[in-house]
Amino acid sequence: MMYSTFKKTSALFLFFTIISLTVFGNYHEGDTQDSISINDSVNIDENQTQDSIPINDRINIDENQTQDSIPLNDSVNIIKSEKSEIYNPVPDIMHHISDAHEWHFWGEGESSVTLPLPIILWTEKGLVGPFLSSEFHHNDDGNHIVEKNGLKLIKIHGKIFILNEGETQAEFDKLHHVTNASSPLDFSITKNAASLILAFFLLIILFGISGSKAKKSNGAPKGILAILEPLVLFVRDDIVKPNIPHGYQKFLPYLLTLFFFILMNNLLGLLPGSANVTGNIAVTLVLSVITLIVTNISGNKSYWGHIFKPPGVPLALMPIMIPIEIVGIFTKPFALMIRLFANISAGHIIILSLISLIFMAQSGLGNIGAWSISPVAVAFVLFMDLIEVLVAFLQAYIFTLLTALFIGLATEEAH
Amino acid sequence: MDAGITIDGIAAIGAGLAAVGAGIGIGRIGGSALESMARQPEMMGDIRTNMIIAAALVEGVALFGVVVALLQG
Repeated sequence: MMYSTFKKTSALFLFFTIISLTVFGNYHEGDTQDSISINDSVNIDENQTQDSIPINDRINIDENQTQDSIPLNDSVNIIKSEKSEIYNPVPDIMHHISDAHEWHFWGEGESSVTLPLPIILWTEKGLVGPFLSSEFHHNDDGNHIVEKNGLKLIKIHGKIFILNEGETQAEFDKLHHVTNASSPLDFSITKNAASLILAFFLLIILFGISGSKAKKSNGAPKGILAILEPLVLFVRDDIVKPNIPHGYQKFLPYLLTLFFFILMNNLLGLLPGSANVTGNIAVTLVLSVITLIVTNISGNKSYWGHIFKPPGVPLALMPIMIPIEIVGIFTKPFALMIRLFANISAGHIIILSLISLIFMAQSGLGNIGAWSISPVAVAFVLFMDLIEVLVAFLQAYIFTLLTALFIGLATEEAH
Repeated sequence: MDAGITIDGIAAIGAGLAAVGAGIGIGRIGGSALESMARQPEMMGDIRTNMIIAAALVEGVALFGVVVALLQG
């Protein structure tokens, strides 16, 4: 039983990876207005740093509209001058938690150490690429034009755009949205996709070795199996069995896959310089949509009966109850999606903010400030990092547990 | 556009309020769970599982607030 579980789990890892990769493409497609885009706020923030005066733009608008209110402008000017001195960590933090076309390790501009990744685009003129992201020469604000198949490609904040016919330079509106370029379908192997593939191979290797060991050995588990088998048994006995009373065997491979996929990506995300995979809403969206599908496909008569004919509800209340129940189908996976995404992203933001304290002190108080705040910041970062290891396990546990709970509710016999 | 400055502040206050709400909620859950564990130590496993589920649900709502704040500012 153990061996077949390992085998099924491995097959599902591949499935997850493929599905997630496809969704990346659509996530990258652009259209910043619709998608829940962190990138949007990045655009605005980075615009601010380029002017190096955070609220400058908005103040200008105010000045134009209310020219007679001089006291307001004065006070605003004071804020402005104070803010421009101190390092603003927001753009860097957002850059770290969002996806990118190259895997950046350290350094700035041309001297930075990055791992170039392949860019694959689907445009009006067909497939463009794959070519390496190093052709953009670390340029991320649309100044470096790469010509492919007669198309002029530019990269702005981790997104690829195609300049319109006859244009030679990107132009931006007030909110730093590019105005004279369109976005292609982007199927690139981005940083997150590369990390996902890495996690996939790690899991396949771990589970492959464990599976063959489990097949052979009869005694106590040894090596990797000694780490994985207790976890597998924990998922089976403490998560799946109590929550799915009828036929848990059918759902065990899916739930095990979910647990180890989230756990591995959470833990990889904690390594310095790594990608933020489970803190990417596209990945969590895929996971929750699969949960939605599994739950509703396995739903039995009494599950659907509770939705379309809630027992014991007066007829007059039906028009209210049924829509609520239908919405309820979708809110549960939606909450799963937001929970994992926000937990992991928030953890990364907190760690990066604490590190940024050092640089803020350096820009405000000089080197002495930086030296004196460093021990405090490092201690807090260490503390948060350890908390994040706990959160990595906890979120994998919660996601699996709630999925098991939903499946259990859907497969429950009528009583 | 007028409210450009204030929107940032309001998003931060919203995130703070969400954290306060979640803090109260999770605090009550944890407190009650500890009390009941002390009263019935043999039920510890079940209580812990249900505590984590309830805490996750409360936290999920708070994180909606955080995500909105993140998108806004």
